[in-house]
Amino acid sequence: MATAIDKQKHDINLQRTTIRRHGLMTRITHWTWAVALFFLLLSGLQIFNAHPSLYIGEQSGFAFDNSVLSIRAVRGADGNAEGLTTLLGRPIDTTGLLGVSGPEDGRTYQAFPAWLTVPSYHDLATGRIVHFFFAWLFAAAFASWFVASLINGHLRCDILPTFSDIRGLPGSFVEHLRFRFHHGRSYNGLQKISYAIVLLVLFPLMILTGLTMSPGMNAAVPLLTEIFGGRQTARTIHFAVMLLLVGFFAIHIFMVFAAGPINEMRSMVTGRYRIDREAGEGGTER
Amino acid sequence: MSRIIINRRRLLTVAGVAASTLPLVGCDALDEMLSSEATARGLMAKANSLTYRVQRFLIGADSLAKEYSASEIRQGQRPNGSTDPTDATYIALRDGAFAGYRLSVGGLVDRPLSLSLDELRNMPSRTQVTRHDCVEGWSCIAKWTGVPLAAVLDEARAKPEARYVVFRCFDTMDLGLSGEVAYYESIDMLDARHPQTILAYGLNGEPLPIANGAPLRVRIERQLGYKMAKYIRSIELASDLAPYGQGKGGFWEDLGYDWYAGI
Repeated sequence: MATAIDKQKHDINLQRTTIRRHGLMTRITHWTWAVALFFLLLSGLQIFNAHPSLYIGEQSGFAFDNSVLSIRAVRGADGNAEGLTTLLGRPIDTTGLLGVSGPEDGRTYQAFPAWLTVPSYHDLATGRIVHFFFAWLFAAAFASWFVASLINGHLRCDILPTFSDIRGLPGSFVEHLRFRFHHGRSYNGLQKISYAIVLLVLFPLMILTGLTMSPGMNAAVPLLTEIFGGRQTARTIHFAVMLLLVGFFAIHIFMVFAAGPINEMRSMVTGRYRIDREAGEGGTER
Repeated sequence: MSRIIINRRRLLTVAGVAASTLPLVGCDALDEMLSSEATARGLMAKANSLTYRVQRFLIGADSLAKEYSASEIRQGQRPNGSTDPTDATYIALRDGAFAGYRLSVGGLVDRPLSLSLDELRNMPSRTQVTRHDCVEGWSCIAKWTGVPLAAVLDEARAKPEARYVVFRCFDTMDLGLSGEVAYYESIDMLDARHPQTILAYGLNGEPLPIANGAPLRVRIERQLGYKMAKYIRSIELASDLAPYGQGKGGFWEDLGYDWYAGI
């Protein structure tokens, strides 16, 4: 158990130096994904608005019910339109945000509000053009990142968690909750696990479920719909992964600000990162 | 004292996070550059030509769309687009139970045809249980019966310079202020000669209903629903799509949708 004096001594010994943390490929792909995911999200919501229901299986149930989510506008008891979201059979009133949105004198009757879609007005054709353009950009960045990270060891050294990372998870979690961040060369266990999930699970899942919705790709790779349990299930997974990525984005941005936005941004733009290092501790400036 | 600093830092953190999500709103700033004539839109639309080329490379000419078992037909085929044409020619044919219907096959062919429904039914037929995928996002499984388009093209002796099959339809689409325009669509010869591309006159064991395109519609199983023209009046083989509509290959294409609808 460290005493207050020990802690003081430790702080005095702590030196701040700058190292090179993020490689060029990491930085390029990071910002490509940032831009691509922004447009993919907003154009994806535009596409979803064309048929705002999600189902399980190969087909959409019109004469039977296999819907897991639907967002629509209904006429309420008082004659006014209400936004009704049905999630797993449970109705939720979402007037103002989902189903019915916009100002009182100019209501919009669509699933996601105009301010969340690209373009803002209802236009499925344009939404698809934007979505598929950025899907190519996103996939190209992913392929480049994956190949480069395999070759230069980024994947093995920085992303895949080690046993000691996993053992240290509870401690790392508590440190994060107390807003104490250790600025080091490598990612901590929590970072590694979340980046590994996003990069190696969610990104490929997004690309594959997207391809599963393509009738052309279904003919080329019939296995696709079987893996995901049907085209409509793939569409549902595509949407669910979107929600997970939005959740990751929110935490990611929060952590950037909590850990020191200037330092974090600098490292993601220039690659240079300030770390805490004990006096006399090894390690070379690169 | 330190407590205050931490609080202020936390406040700044939360404010910073909130501010950084602001660009998410106000996206109508992008609307201008996405309008139909904008350069940025044209640039992005090029990605679809890439998709077309890559998919054509991956899929191969004859690979089939998935076919299902009859037990997976759990509902009627959901109709979409025009479901009850009001054009005088169509109504006259409909009132005569389509007895006077003739499909004309022309353009770049050596032997132009005019086929009655009975003649079409007497040609080789194919029945397939397939999934219809609408561009809106929904899917529906149904059983389609019809004559392979390839058989009709062979009968008419398509000229080698024919690159596209254009479908002209009976249904007139209302475009609001810009008036009315007849539905039309087009596919390339690769899709036209695909074994699952049929001129369908039957749905789920019954004659094709009016809502689903009676008396004749096309099925192109490796593409989205809007390619599969209903209420077909004539087929024309062409080497160029420019003379049709606004030259983009179809009613929906003229409104900004992709000509290749395999995705």
